[in-house]
Amino acid sequence: MELECLIGMKFNDFVLMATDMSHLQRIMVQKADDDKMYQLSSNVVMAVAGEAGDTNQFAEYIAKNIQLYKIRNGYELSPSAAVHFTRHTLATHLRSREPYTVNLLMGGYDVKTSSAELFYMDFLGASVPVDFYGFGYGGMFTLSITDREYRPDMTQDEAYALMKKCVSEVKRRFIVNLPKFRVRVINKDGLKELPVIVAEGEAA
Amino acid sequence: MARRYDSKTTIFSPEGRLYQVEYAMEAIGHAGTCLGILAKDGLVLAAEKRNTNKLLDDVFLSDKIYKIDEDMACCVAGITSDANVLTNELRAIAQRHTLQFGEPIPCEQLVMRLCDIKQAYTQTGGKRPFGVSILYMGWDNRHGYQLYQSDPSGNYSGWKATCIGNSSAAAVSILKQEYKVGETDLHEAQLLALKVMSKTLDMTKLNAEKLELATLVRKEGRTEIIVKPVDEVKKMIKIHEDREAAVEAAKQDKAGTSSGKPKV
Repeated sequence: MELECLIGMKFNDFVLMATDMSHLQRIMVQKADDDKMYQLSSNVVMAVAGEAGDTNQFAEYIAKNIQLYKIRNGYELSPSAAVHFTRHTLATHLRSREPYTVNLLMGGYDVKTSSAELFYMDFLGASVPVDFYGFGYGGMFTLSITDREYRPDMTQDEAYALMKKCVSEVKRRFIVNLPKFRVRVINKDGLKELPVIVAEGEAA
Repeated sequence: MARRYDSKTTIFSPEGRLYQVEYAMEAIGHAGTCLGILAKDGLVLAAEKRNTNKLLDDVFLSDKIYKIDEDMACCVAGITSDANVLTNELRAIAQRHTLQFGEPIPCEQLVMRLCDIKQAYTQTGGKRPFGVSILYMGWDNRHGYQLYQSDPSGNYSGWKATCIGNSSAAAVSILKQEYKVGETDLHEAQLLALKVMSKTLDMTKLNAEKLELATLVRKEGRTEIIVKPVDEVKKMIKIHEDREAAVEAAKQDKAGTSSGKPKV
């Protein structure tokens, strides 16, 4: 759904992801502590937005298949292989009778090449490696901020502050109420939860 | 009625053996020899070519060594038509993996997948097992250079040097003696392959027409698989023979000096 907001930023040695915590149903906020991020393997995370049932179903399907790969082979898929697999699955289903209507951001850290990776993927199966991206209407406001202020060599604190700025802008300019964002960081040590960002400032 | 025969193809004998599978392995025991050696800096596969007829059109550069994908090649011992089916399958498995994950299939996974197919044929009624053993050489970014062997039962194993086909037991025992773990480089591995071949094949002299030699090395981030042309094989054989002659001469020399007592 376009009202939801997913934000991802890739830096030199970590990826920062934030997703809004509102579960929306038509004109109602159904839940205010939703989690739209799914851990696929020890260092790959997927943030999903879209048709309510599809997001869950698709993310779990991918996550379990990636876990199955690990059990079968004794090692995990690399982030780029996981992204490729996800895109392939999405594109295959798109051309079936049951397409998944999901947009997603995949962030990961490749331990082998020591590099952070972030991918944009939409429900049509387009997969693009990006430095940062914002999905949904919210993204229209955050992209201009990241365009101006993003640097690949930012520290985690600087990146978190940038993310805060983005969330505030969404609160200020977006007509829909998205007050809280869940934030996670992925680096060589895996996935870590950061404090939830509660939007500051007034609506415009 | 036919069912009664068909379903009997691969069931346990009262002694607990699977005759069809054993017969298939037996068939490979008569097939042309194939051997593989893992070196520090690459891999070698060598195969004995049986059907060399001067009337045979040489449209195929090699008939026992097949490239599977960017990073792997294999050589087969057994029934060639069965092997063609399996190499086709290997290539399809490798490409399916690349399509799905966007990166080449890890070596062991490919071998495992093919062995699942081979195994299925030892258990399905009305089918006979594939009469093929395969040596695989490959490279992947997890385990580097690798050498695998698989047989008709669907078993597979990884090796530093091994041999399948005719007189493979003799070849393996020579390899066991001569192979130096962690020391053999690609050039030495090729010469060792020729040495083993010359000792196990019932030819008095190695013949480049009857040998296939392939190497796999990593160069500038890419895998290079080369099936050697005949004149290159000839060159290698020459080096091998010169070296053998030198060893022989040294032996004669030594025998001459030690046995001959100083004459008074």
